[in-house]
Amino acid sequence: MTRSAIPLALADYRAGNLASVARALTTVGADVRLARTAADLHGAAGIVVPGVGHFGATMALDDVWRDALREALTRGVPLLGICLGLQWLCEGSEEASGVPGLGVFPGVAAHMGRDDESAGRSIKVPHVGWNTLDIVAASWLLAGVETGATAYFTHSYAVPPGPATVATSTHGRRFTAAAESGHVAAVQFHPEKSGRVGLTILENFVRRAGGM
Amino acid sequence: MLTRRIIACLDVRDGVVVKGVRFEGLASAGDPAALARRYNDEGIDELVILDVTATLEGRRALCRTITAVARELFIPLAVGGGIRTEHDAAAVVEAGADKVAVNTAALADPDLITRLARRYGSQAVVVAIDARRRRAAGEETAGAAAYEVFVRSGSEAAGREAVAWAREAAHRGAGEILLTSMDRDGTREGFDCELTAAVSRAVPIPVIASGGAGTFDHFLEVFERGEADAALAASVFHYGEHAVLDLKQHLARHGVPVRLGW
Repeated sequence: MTRSAIPLALADYRAGNLASVARALTTVGADVRLARTAADLHGAAGIVVPGVGHFGATMALDDVWRDALREALTRGVPLLGICLGLQWLCEGSEEASGVPGLGVFPGVAAHMGRDDESAGRSIKVPHVGWNTLDIVAASWLLAGVETGATAYFTHSYAVPPGPATVATSTHGRRFTAAAESGHVAAVQFHPEKSGRVGLTILENFVRRAGGM
Repeated sequence: MLTRRIIACLDVRDGVVVKGVRFEGLASAGDPAALARRYNDEGIDELVILDVTATLEGRRALCRTITAVARELFIPLAVGGGIRTEHDAAAVVEAGADKVAVNTAALADPDLITRLARRYGSQAVVVAIDARRRRAAGEETAGAAAYEVFVRSGSEAAGREAVAWAREAAHRGAGEILLTSMDRDGTREGFDCELTAAVSRAVPIPVIASGGAGTFDHFLEVFERGEADAALAASVFHYGEHAVLDLKQHLARHGVPVRLGW
């Protein structure tokens, strides 16, 4: 790495182990700092909001966090949501309907097995494994990733495609695999577990955070 | 389209791979981290570490092994073997595992599945089931063979039928079933497709077939006839330098969706 590492804040709201996300970001040139409180976001060139498990866990992202993240977004700091982080950047999830998302992207996550209209083999939920991406709009986050590339998913709720959707995947129905609007981006899959495709995506984010 | 996964398994004792893979020309054949890196590069979809240690010393070594392996991987890592309590599960997750596989402990205390799912999410909870066909006359149910669940590394009957237990495990919050046919394990005669299909149809969650892989066609069979969502093997990767890629190309040629071109 010839250029200096880009300082990124990884929001640690106690929802799962962040070691693999941190390691993947470090691999592609980030200087990762765990943000245990909203105050720790200060000075970051980019912010990553990860998340696994139940949407209710995002309740820990309280008004203090929300204000700090909104303020960072206003200043143009790039932000990346991963998995639950994508759903949280939308309007919320039916998994925990009393917990609102930040509402940067439109849409609410719904259970993937509900009202399945696909014929034949019924779909398995959670949706676990490597699924292909359909790139549906130009995207800085997905630069270098083509339709047909695979990413690793593990989730039971998904957000329907909307105006911010830049990639979809299909499991039963089509859903938002990646969303992007200005300097805010999010992925439903786990880039830190998606091999070279995932590292490419994380590198795109780190470059954006570094103003490159 | 969701692809079918090919999963490699490393049996580890005291931090050393004791069964599984011996790549030709790889100096440190027993080094789990070196094997993990190799698998990651070859395009395996997921890695399972199965701890076959019983001692406390061995468990400490396991956590060091998980950390060393996780450092080499940008794919999912599951860890199983001897996980009895939430404390055990926490240790392997802390060390870097994405998923925890429980077997004997889940049968003794089925609520453990629910507690782990609540703490880590269902996606992190794999229930491993070791099953064997019932042979005694009169024990078979009409129309289909019944499969008996075994615990303690297959040494003890659990008094449960495999399909019913898989259903209960899914209901209690398991995110995946890792289903091993004890009749086929180590034989290289092919997966038990009937067992796999029976469980796969009965549960709404993904099923990983294990036990019996010997040829590429065995994988094709277990995905088609066995309706498996993933297939796990160790010994099949003895076959040649590019076994993982060759296997996936074979499957793709026969219409099975797989991850190529990582």
